[in-house]
Amino acid sequence: MDLSFGSEYETFRTEVRDFITNNRENAPSSRSNPADAKQWQKTLIENGYTARTIPEAYGGFGAKPDIIRSRIIAEEFADSGIQGGMGGQGISMLVPTLLEVGSEAQKLEFVKPTIEGDMVWCQGYSEPGAGSDLASLRTNAVMDGDDWVINGQKIWTSTAHLADWIFCLVRTEPDAKKHHGISFLLFSMDTPGIEIRPLVDMTGVANFNEVFFTDVRVPAHQIVGNRGQGWQVANAILSHERDMLGNPDAALSRFNSLIDLMQKETIAGEKAINHPVFRDRLMQLQGRIMAMRFNDMRILSSRLNEGQDASLARMIVKLQGTELRHDLEGLAIDVLGELGLAYGDNDYTRNNGTWQSQYMYQLGLIIGGGTSQIQKNIISERGLEMPREPRPAQ
Amino acid sequence: MEFGLSQEQTLLQDSVNRFLNDQVSLDEVRKVAAADKDDKAIWQGLTELGIPALIIPEDKGGVGLGAVEAAIVAELLGYHATPSPFISSAIMAPVALAGKRDDLVANIAAGTCRVGIAFGEAIAAKDKAGVTASNNKLSGLSLFALDIDADYYLVATNDQQLYLVTANAVKRNNMATIDLTRTTCELVFNESEAELISTDTEDFNRALDIGRIMLAADTLGAGQNMIDQAVSYAKEREQFDRPIASFQAVKHMCAEMAAGLEPCRSMVWYAAHAYDNLPEETRLTTCHTKAHISEVGKFVAKTSTEVHGGMGFTDLVGLHYWFKRIGFNRQLLGSPELLRQQAAQLQGLAA
Ligand SMILES: Cc1cc2nc3c(=O)[nH]c(=O)nc-3n(C[C@H](O)[C@H](O)[C@H](O)COP(=O)(O)OP(=O)(O)OC[C@H]3O[C@@H](n4cnc5c(N)ncnc54)[C@H](O)[C@@H]3O)c2cc1C
Repeated sequence: MDLSFGSEYETFRTEVRDFITNNRENAPSSRSNPADAKQWQKTLIENGYTARTIPEAYGGFGAKPDIIRSRIIAEEFADSGIQGGMGGQGISMLVPTLLEVGSEAQKLEFVKPTIEGDMVWCQGYSEPGAGSDLASLRTNAVMDGDDWVINGQKIWTSTAHLADWIFCLVRTEPDAKKHHGISFLLFSMDTPGIEIRPLVDMTGVANFNEVFFTDVRVPAHQIVGNRGQGWQVANAILSHERDMLGNPDAALSRFNSLIDLMQKETIAGEKAINHPVFRDRLMQLQGRIMAMRFNDMRILSSRLNEGQDASLARMIVKLQGTELRHDLEGLAIDVLGELGLAYGDNDYTRNNGTWQSQYMYQLGLIIGGGTSQIQKNIISERGLEMPREPRPAQ
Repeated sequence: MEFGLSQEQTLLQDSVNRFLNDQVSLDEVRKVAAADKDDKAIWQGLTELGIPALIIPEDKGGVGLGAVEAAIVAELLGYHATPSPFISSAIMAPVALAGKRDDLVANIAAGTCRVGIAFGEAIAAKDKAGVTASNNKLSGLSLFALDIDADYYLVATNDQQLYLVTANAVKRNNMATIDLTRTTCELVFNESEAELISTDTEDFNRALDIGRIMLAADTLGAGQNMIDQAVSYAKEREQFDRPIASFQAVKHMCAEMAAGLEPCRSMVWYAAHAYDNLPEETRLTTCHTKAHISEVGKFVAKTSTEVHGGMGFTDLVGLHYWFKRIGFNRQLLGSPELLRQQAAQLQGLAA
């Protein structure tokens, strides 16, 4: 057991810290304008603090893959509380997939503008009839001349109203078995025939949408992978998505805010932290976060050292991590009592109302990206090798 | 960076596991539980494997390994619900006695001496219990002291001073608990001759920390066994013309158990590693490790029993030995609430 990263890496850590100290004032906040956010993203790429291992030819920093350096960057940015590299479905899901399975032309065309924040993407997977059972999707595309012609509907498409482009699963081989009849297409949201209808979510914001396609024409070459391989391409993305959801570093940084809150807030004149029941709940969360952080270290170690198996450790992260975050945000609300109800434009909200909005948002993450129940199916069937549900006779 | 078991550690794991598979069957556990047998033959076998000597330094007759290796063994003992004085005699006592009674430490390593642990009153005295010292004589009562067959007891007084008494200097009465795989006793002190080991509470705390990590590791192993039994039972047992393992309600119970317990493995490793290498993190990590694993263990104990249906509730499959073992580990050396209170104090979050 050796938990140190070694002196070379500690030097690197110092460099990251120095960068953060020297550039703090340029970091955007949630209220900054988009131009500042893009400028910050460019600075981070130039210094190798985001898009680090993406080749220079595609607009990245071009460093050799080094999980430990990436880990140190993530830790230091989370610790300092300043904005790290941009997220979003284009950067965190599409780009890794294009780098793995995209054509050279696609990498050259899409990666740079995406990581620089100039090209915003949305993910068009779910449909009214295809949620957990995604492979039953019915939106179809038919070849006509040199174009795909798309008809159908997507739903729950986050940020579709802000997106420049969409990566979308469509059925192109209606006669193939359901997992083998899907293709993965990329197209501009300005293409004629696309209609976006916003859906207000429980936080009160219209962040996701219904998206309708009527004879949408997309050039044939805008397919990733081959015809009928869309399911494999999509699954490459899903594993990236799951690694992102349930991240214990984010939980730790929220936990630190929760401690601050409990040290400031009073209940009948007494500090919340002195309330034994709340304090016990706080400590329970700290124990759970610790367990997930050490679990994460084990996953990291299994990537660095051959022969270490951490597959079950990895399989449980989305389930445990999102439930943990939901509970954490919920404790803050309970601590605040009626004040925890304050929402929207209100002088009495704490931390900009994020306890309530995150409490709800985290529930969205419990459902999105494969529900908790689907995670349990995966853990029992793949992790514990329990039999699949028998299919009803046709 | 490497956060996993080394080849040597895996070898240790394999050899102890092989021994326990051969020698500590459920039948053996039942015999000890029914008091038809004591744990001495098992302890003798473990002594031949070097287990009592595991963490004792080589120059004191030991094997000189660390807390991670000790946790590996504790996990296996929990997995097999093994009756043994491992945590008290092989782990907590040598930590406290090192440099103070090296002669005894050497005897522990050789397997010729067992030292029990009576710490309960220094953690949170219950009922009428409490131990005080004056002029190297102990008075009072200690409850749930570990190991009825010990030759000596390491006793912590109410103010966390450590004393050593010989077994025949105290009145010792068996205390029955739910867990029949390990023995506890009531120690009655009546101006009993005792030897002062340390007035430094840090010595008490070091022994306590490692004991807590071992109990957490024991629960990890016991919990893993219960999950393994539940999953394999579910694959065999059929109802409605199919294995119950194909019912989603059953699968989800098993998935929830696995999802809860899997991070506990990393937590035990980390806490044990911290014990030897990261002194500033040890105590907080230890408190959380034992508290968290006790909570997960409780859930696993209940849920895996439910997966077995009525069979889980009977004595027939013996699942209850693990259920009770997990229950025992949870209360001993500090219950979760008490540990979380201590965790808060360590961070300045509680008075
Ligand atoms: C905040 C948020 C953002 C999202 N963003 C996007 C996006 O950008 N793009 C996109 O394509 N999609 C997006 N989604 C959709 C998301 O992927 C789906 O909601 C999710 O996969 C579940 O599908 P569903 O809503 O149809 O629920 P259903 O599949 O109908 O599930 C309903 C209930 O049935 C349970 N269930 C279903 N099947 C099984 C089974 N086999 N075993 C046990 N239980 C089962 C589920 O667990 C759930 O409890 C988003 C969702 C949310 C909440």
